[in-house]
Amino acid sequence: MADIEMNKPSLEVHKKGKADVANYPHENNLYKQKPFTQITVSKPRIDGVAKATGSGKYCGDLKMPNMAFGKLLGSPHAHARIKSIDTSEAEKIPGVLAVITAKDVPDLKYGISPARWDENVLCIEKALFVGDKVAAVCCIDEETCYKALKAIKVDYEVLPAVLDYRHAADEDMPQIHDDYPRNINAEIHHLFGDPDKAFAEAYHVSTDIFEGQRTYQCPIEPHSAIADWKNNKLTVWSSTQSVHYFQYYIAREFGLRMGDVRVIRPLVGGGFGGKLEPTGLEFCGAVLSRMTGRPVRMFYDRAEMFAHNRGRHQGRYEISTATTKDGILLGVRANFLLDGGAYTSLGIATAYYSGGLLPLTYDFRNYEFNMIRMYTNLPACGAQRGHGAPQPKYAFESHLDNVARELGIDPIEIRKRNCRQPWTNTCNGMGIQTCYLMEALDKIEEITDWKKKKKEGLPKGRGIGMATGSFVTGAGYPIYRNDYPSSSAMIRINEDGTLATLYCNTVDIGQGSDTVTCQMAAEAMGYRYENFALVTGDTEVAPLEFGAYSSRQTAYAGWACKRAGEEIKAKILETAGFMMHLPPEDLECIDGIIFSKSRPKAPTLTFEEVAKKYFIIKGPLVGTGVYTVPRLGGYHKGAPVATSPCYSFCTQATEVEIDEETGFIEVLHAWDVHDAGTIINPALMKGQVHGAFGMGISETIWEEVVFNKDGKIMNPDVGGYRIITALDMPRFTNDLIPSTDEPATPWGLKEIGEGSNNPTMGAVRNAIYDAVGVNIPTLPLSFEKVWRAIQEKKAAEAKK
Amino acid sequence: MSTNFIIDKNGMKRYLVTIKVNGTEYTKLIKANCLLSNFLRDELELTGTKKGCEIGDCGSCTVILNGKPINSCLILALDADGAEVMTVEGLAASNELDIIQKKFLEYGAIQCGYCSAGMLMSAKALLTKNPKPTEDEIRAGISGNLCRCTGYINIIKAITAASGQEVSDSH
Repeated sequence: MADIEMNKPSLEVHKKGKADVANYPHENNLYKQKPFTQITVSKPRIDGVAKATGSGKYCGDLKMPNMAFGKLLGSPHAHARIKSIDTSEAEKIPGVLAVITAKDVPDLKYGISPARWDENVLCIEKALFVGDKVAAVCCIDEETCYKALKAIKVDYEVLPAVLDYRHAADEDMPQIHDDYPRNINAEIHHLFGDPDKAFAEAYHVSTDIFEGQRTYQCPIEPHSAIADWKNNKLTVWSSTQSVHYFQYYIAREFGLRMGDVRVIRPLVGGGFGGKLEPTGLEFCGAVLSRMTGRPVRMFYDRAEMFAHNRGRHQGRYEISTATTKDGILLGVRANFLLDGGAYTSLGIATAYYSGGLLPLTYDFRNYEFNMIRMYTNLPACGAQRGHGAPQPKYAFESHLDNVARELGIDPIEIRKRNCRQPWTNTCNGMGIQTCYLMEALDKIEEITDWKKKKKEGLPKGRGIGMATGSFVTGAGYPIYRNDYPSSSAMIRINEDGTLATLYCNTVDIGQGSDTVTCQMAAEAMGYRYENFALVTGDTEVAPLEFGAYSSRQTAYAGWACKRAGEEIKAKILETAGFMMHLPPEDLECIDGIIFSKSRPKAPTLTFEEVAKKYFIIKGPLVGTGVYTVPRLGGYHKGAPVATSPCYSFCTQATEVEIDEETGFIEVLHAWDVHDAGTIINPALMKGQVHGAFGMGISETIWEEVVFNKDGKIMNPDVGGYRIITALDMPRFTNDLIPSTDEPATPWGLKEIGEGSNNPTMGAVRNAIYDAVGVNIPTLPLSFEKVWRAIQEKKAAEAKK
Repeated sequence: MSTNFIIDKNGMKRYLVTIKVNGTEYTKLIKANCLLSNFLRDELELTGTKKGCEIGDCGSCTVILNGKPINSCLILALDADGAEVMTVEGLAASNELDIIQKKFLEYGAIQCGYCSAGMLMSAKALLTKNPKPTEDEIRAGISGNLCRCTGYINIIKAITAASGQEVSDSH
């Protein structure tokens, strides 16, 4: 204690985060006793107070001097040729500043992949879905925008539309895109091992077909963007999941250098994949700003969000398996058909993900994956939480339960027999390091009281079901082709050493990346999270980060922040060595205290003292960090998709009670056991699991975007499109298989945000089957469908 | 409802309304179609109250009007003339957070934060009326506030804690 007390005066410089002096051991061997001080701790959110008090600004809250308002005009038809557009009446309305159509904007097509750039800023010849953008207005206020939109006269030649993806390739179907015959957007045929042989030699072969529905991310914050283009500089504030991707695509669209485009993201009110691509809001807003000389705020209302969509693809999933008598998977065949909507959007990745991720949780060597992604005259689908994986996984987990039943094997037992082992490769070339799926299976069996419930049976109408899940901890390849590092970060220490500012362009869409990046930087520096400030979401200020998608940020930006922090720490220890007359190698810095490892009684210094001294001697104390994903995966076409440096694994179970008279499903309890490595922030981790499960259960039972016969959305609102409320969410148990040995990520962490809804649909479906013994082949498993299936089953039994 | 109005050169009426927001009286000249949510956000620049759907589905714009939680997108500012409104900005006393705000932060009840203002106001209204709600009452009390991030569990825990009741592990 004496050593610590000697330093008491200097400890008072900690303005915000005080060193936890009382808890320090008598001797300075802190690093042995407290392996982590800043991570594995539920530090409060860095943006928490701003969000709790309403002072935090989202894009729609921003006001600029002289700001004008803009809206997009959507097509009322699913498929129509635009013969002419008359904007003259709209332009006469007082308060209308500009009206633009395709002739006023660049005609360069955009999308995720150069092979499939198929979307225009404004429709040129044809509108391809109800809501497709055909014109835009800029006015002095919102009210005038709506008047102006009504006054634009578009002469359409209505064309027959393709609304059912299952028949989109039929002979007599109209063609949506000229260069995509039979409306086939993408076709994938993967073959690993020898499935024919496996199926020929198997004891048990069966096939199931399941269909998913269209769902929408439905973040609570509507998309908005403010563009301000003056003096050859285009600044865009946007509710985006990636400032860099927006900067790249906006610059590309207008032929600008990336340095001429600045993208800023204020607080973002949820994304879930729906805010990952630039939209007409950014592109048209930019043009309108250049024309009017004003900052222009563009925004979607709730119905327009649904029309813009980019939500989960609906699909038809045919799964066949070949197994031994003991349920060992010998081979798997997956034939998928996806409804991609009118444009590729991010859907080419979805298409590859849908089959690419299937071999993660179970080890089978023979695998055939065929998939076709169709164009239809419906809103484009893209990346929704769990990108491409949840519906196929639902089909596979449902099928596997059917196989287990047919073979007389317990559902958990069949999963154990096929369980992914650590340090293995999947048949499609994904490298797995650590994997605690077997432990997660054991644990879910234990905490759900599975064996007892299976042995003794549950009361009538009740059932229990489970499923496994896995997901990438970051996509192995960047969102567009480039040779930049995957992530970078920079830390600058204030002159007097009392504040560390992290510059990092990760995007916090609610998951808490702004908090964990600071925690990780603080841990690496040996400093304190509470003394951190964050500069983020600005391409002109913070270095490159690709943003929030594929559950990548904690791992990728984590490496960058860790390395930046370690650089600072090395400089601090070097300076401290000079101040303490000790070799830097003998020094350690933890929680802002610098001490000798070999001389426990040597006087300590504070981070602040040393940082200040560094500035006096050498100038700004800065550390930078960078991370690049190593080359991963096999060499077949599409091999990059689903690669990742590291995979998370989990098991989920639900117990349901079904009212046979009404079909009402009550989910009584849910359990999640996660192999998520080192948990950087336990509270945020649990929140991710709750949220992902909640979204998963919502998609399983309630959600569906419904279209009428003309391709118009019938429920483009959160009343008609039913997302779960507080009354629907079951009680929940979080559990973990703790580990720290994953080598590919900083501190052995793993993703949590997306894998957590990978098993949900299967776990709920299997519980419903267990409860009432009915198989419902189409999502959502609504009360009505459950009720009808029960009635049909009863009728069939009565006949017998 | 205010009967004080002026008519501009186009014949458009502008009404004079006085609304007490977070303890301060504001008098503004507004159009008849101005929603309370827009009045708060545009006239008073109190943007803590969010707009998520503007048709009363999502609850992001929940404020407390004369003691009751309401969707401020479903009421005209004119109809709130003379009323007392509390928004999220009025929840904390100067520098001290309200107990509900503190518990929301402590229990990880805030993720993206877009529903938080409305959620907090519904919680405030609930606990004012019913200081020791049961779990079912808490769930019902926030059932008009949609959250897409949290699965509600930590919100339910936070409100339970704010009411001074014991928080169980599985809510």
